[in-house]
Amino acid sequence: MSTAPAPALRRPITEPDPSSTKRANTRRRGLRTLGWALLFLLPSAIPLTAFTLVPMISSAWVSLHDWNLISPMEWVGLENYRDLLADPRTRDVFANTATYILGYLPLVYIGGLGLALALNRTMAGIAFLRGAYFLPVVTSWVVVALVWQWLLSPSNGLVNTVLGAIGLPEPGWWTDPAWAMPSIILASVWKDLGFVMVILLAGLQALPQEVLEAARVDGAGAWRRFWHITLPLLSPSTFFVVVISLINGFQVFDQVNVMTGGGPAGASQVVVGQIYDLTFRYGRAGDASALSWLLFALVLVITAIQIRGQRRWVTYA
Amino acid sequence: MPELTATRPANGTGRRRGLVQNLFWGVALTLGAAVMLFPFLWTVITSITPDGTLASGPTLVVEDPTLDAYRQLFDAMPMWRIVANSFWIAIASTLFQLITGAMAAYAFTRIAFPGRQAVFAVYLATLMVPLQVLVVPLFIQMTRAQLSDTYFALLAPSIASAFGIFLLKQAMEGVPRELDEAATLDGAHHLRIFAQVVLPLTRPALATVAVFAFMGSWNSYLWPLVVIRSPELMTLPLGLATLQGQFTTQWNVVMAGSVVSVLPIAIVYIFAQRYIIAGFAHSGLK
Repeated sequence: MSTAPAPALRRPITEPDPSSTKRANTRRRGLRTLGWALLFLLPSAIPLTAFTLVPMISSAWVSLHDWNLISPMEWVGLENYRDLLADPRTRDVFANTATYILGYLPLVYIGGLGLALALNRTMAGIAFLRGAYFLPVVTSWVVVALVWQWLLSPSNGLVNTVLGAIGLPEPGWWTDPAWAMPSIILASVWKDLGFVMVILLAGLQALPQEVLEAARVDGAGAWRRFWHITLPLLSPSTFFVVVISLINGFQVFDQVNVMTGGGPAGASQVVVGQIYDLTFRYGRAGDASALSWLLFALVLVITAIQIRGQRRWVTYA
Repeated sequence: MPELTATRPANGTGRRRGLVQNLFWGVALTLGAAVMLFPFLWTVITSITPDGTLASGPTLVVEDPTLDAYRQLFDAMPMWRIVANSFWIAIASTLFQLITGAMAAYAFTRIAFPGRQAVFAVYLATLMVPLQVLVVPLFIQMTRAQLSDTYFALLAPSIASAFGIFLLKQAMEGVPRELDEAATLDGAHHLRIFAQVVLPLTRPALATVAVFAFMGSWNSYLWPLVVIRSPELMTLPLGLATLQGQFTTQWNVVMAGSVVSVLPIAIVYIFAQRYIIAGFAHSGLK
């Protein structure tokens, strides 16, 4: 935390000033520092204020009104929140979002961990293999969702063709209410495996090899070494994956919008999909804003709980 | 199959075991990679089939490959315009995020202004706000300013990113202060130190931020969906989603659109792979 260093260095050399000029100097120096700070901060402060802080505050304001985006806003206080909490649709979209997270998170973590363990070796072509698993991560959700919607096409998609060929039932994936959410989870896991893999791979490569080697010398088998050394030492990376995946999970939207549009019959409608529909289909901006604040509050609370709870299971080596 | 090298060049049996293990994992991982890449391959294949209805079921061999779907695609939508939009918006938001991010990071690490901690806390807070919370008011704001359905509206939310600022701040903390103190003694002011001392030494972090910014903009869907109406202002994800509505039975056209939209980002990815993976790894280690 060094201040502007040049004046600090010059100070002992100069003659002791009369205190009034000294104060004036300090003030001038302070002003100059402030000037520099403004020069460097304004380019980011202006857009962040205009496009993040102001909308955030105005969203809170809108959530206290009835508003269809066109006619004047009408103050209703907390009524939007009360209505939302009483509306069974709200429970449905939160439940669907929770289903998504509960299906997605274990699969993507276990899959990503398996991949990271398998890819954590020196071998020719390993960079290519890691790259192949990572490619879906950089691809846009729209493309991935389109391709998956089509792979899972109930009548003639590849997955059902293969299932049919080996005599298994062919579910109506995204057209059957029971299968819509599993389809979205499947596509999401496929897309995000590479992301989890890279983070856990970085964690694996930072593991202290001496500890693993010592356990091996002491006769600990591969399974024991994994459970008692690797997994606990990976807990910081695991923590990061869980926090990020949960935050992203609550905000799931793109793949739902492209694959099922929330259907059939709302079976895969998620919170953000509902926010979007409330605003742009039903013109209920007040309710949509209230719902987005409910979502934000929930994510904040859950993230805070995780950060507090990390002491119990996350070990920083 | 890739050529195999032993993980642990210990004694003879150890090496053989390593070889067998690597052979096993090489085969397993290559099969897995094929599963990961298959949808992309199939996208390309479908885009060159004459009949995209999938009536005959999936196939890997195309009887009469044709670029007809691409012709239809470019006829149906102003595709060049859409690709160019995606490209320029991605370039612009990358440049803006690098400039605003590097300058802010410099201020937070090098200028001791009053209230620095508090300002940084506000910056960090904006990182936690999901775009979804902002979408409605931002849309309203843009509409009121009569800026909705313009390039500016597309670009506005990605001019500065708290994530980039955070990452660059971490990198600048690592630049030794002795260097800029020396420059200060030589009479250099902040702009010079920023441009000639600190920036060159944070190049890897700048590259990571650039890659994230480009990818983020290229793939962004929700905000363009909300703010853009005119076909000639669309970006690729939006164009693709629209295309899906227009060509519900002609998957070859939709897949041609997918190929057009994946190709540029795949090329960026191949060149930037090192930085992307290092960037993710870095954020994961904290």
